[in-house]
Amino acid sequence: MLSIEHYLILSVALFTIGVLGVLTRRNVIIMLMSIELILNAVNINLAAFSRLHGAVDGQVFSIFVMAAAAAEAVVGLGIVLGLFRNRETVLADEMDLLKW
Amino acid sequence: VNVLNTCLFYFFAVLAVASAILMVTRRSAMHAAIFLVNTLLASAGIFVLLQAEFVFIVQVFLYAGGIAVLFVFAIMLANSAAAPRVMRLGRQQVVAVALATILAAQIVFAIVVGRTSLRLPAMEAAISARNTEAVGDALFHPFIVPFGIAAVLLLVATIGAVLMAKRGRDAFD
Repeated sequence: MLSIEHYLILSVALFTIGVLGVLTRRNVIIMLMSIELILNAVNINLAAFSRLHGAVDGQVFSIFVMAAAAAEAVVGLGIVLGLFRNRETVLADEMDLLKW
Repeated sequence: VNVLNTCLFYFFAVLAVASAILMVTRRSAMHAAIFLVNTLLASAGIFVLLQAEFVFIVQVFLYAGGIAVLFVFAIMLANSAAAPRVMRLGRQQVVAVALATILAAQIVFAIVVGRTSLRLPAMEAAISARNTEAVGDALFHPFIVPFGIAAVLLLVATIGAVLMAKRGRDAFD
């Protein structure tokens, strides 16, 4: 019998792996992918609580999260491509123009 | 039905977590993108188990279809041979793993403390055909203002992406 903790623990696992990806990777594109993973973990949480309460509001909110994630990915990848065109790199530690 | 549900849950959960770990640890960005698609499809299966069919189909179309293709295109456009594929972050990786472990422990602790026998209602045998209708009703009646704001957000993101990706001197000078 599945309880809601199963879904919450799965969500925690995906969220933590996403945070780990953002912290450890140098490639900005993979960092953006990890952010998508984090948002996806949040969506699982929202859908699980929506099922727990028998209301559809959580699913509606997860659709808003998906819209925000799509907007973020599009603009983020546009910035990465523009940056690659100007600086010839996609590595986060080589984008140090603003560093002291 | 319950046993089948549990089996499917563990199947999709293990698939999602394993693909996510591989996504974070693979060196090649293209492999990472493929494992990202795998994770997103596995969590789409989780959405079906949660009887969120509309979210499931949006996940498959929008995430696994649209955003994944976007990532693959970005990798192919930007990730040239110039980018070294070595991960050389010794100390920072140790700190990052420690921080992520602490974060996970905190959240799991909160879940364990806060659990008050929250058991999900029993799963119906048949998939309800009214999920999309309910989501549409909620989207257009109580959530019409956030829906409009999301539409404006997507419009702004489209314009921004066109502007960012535009070739030419006036784009970034």
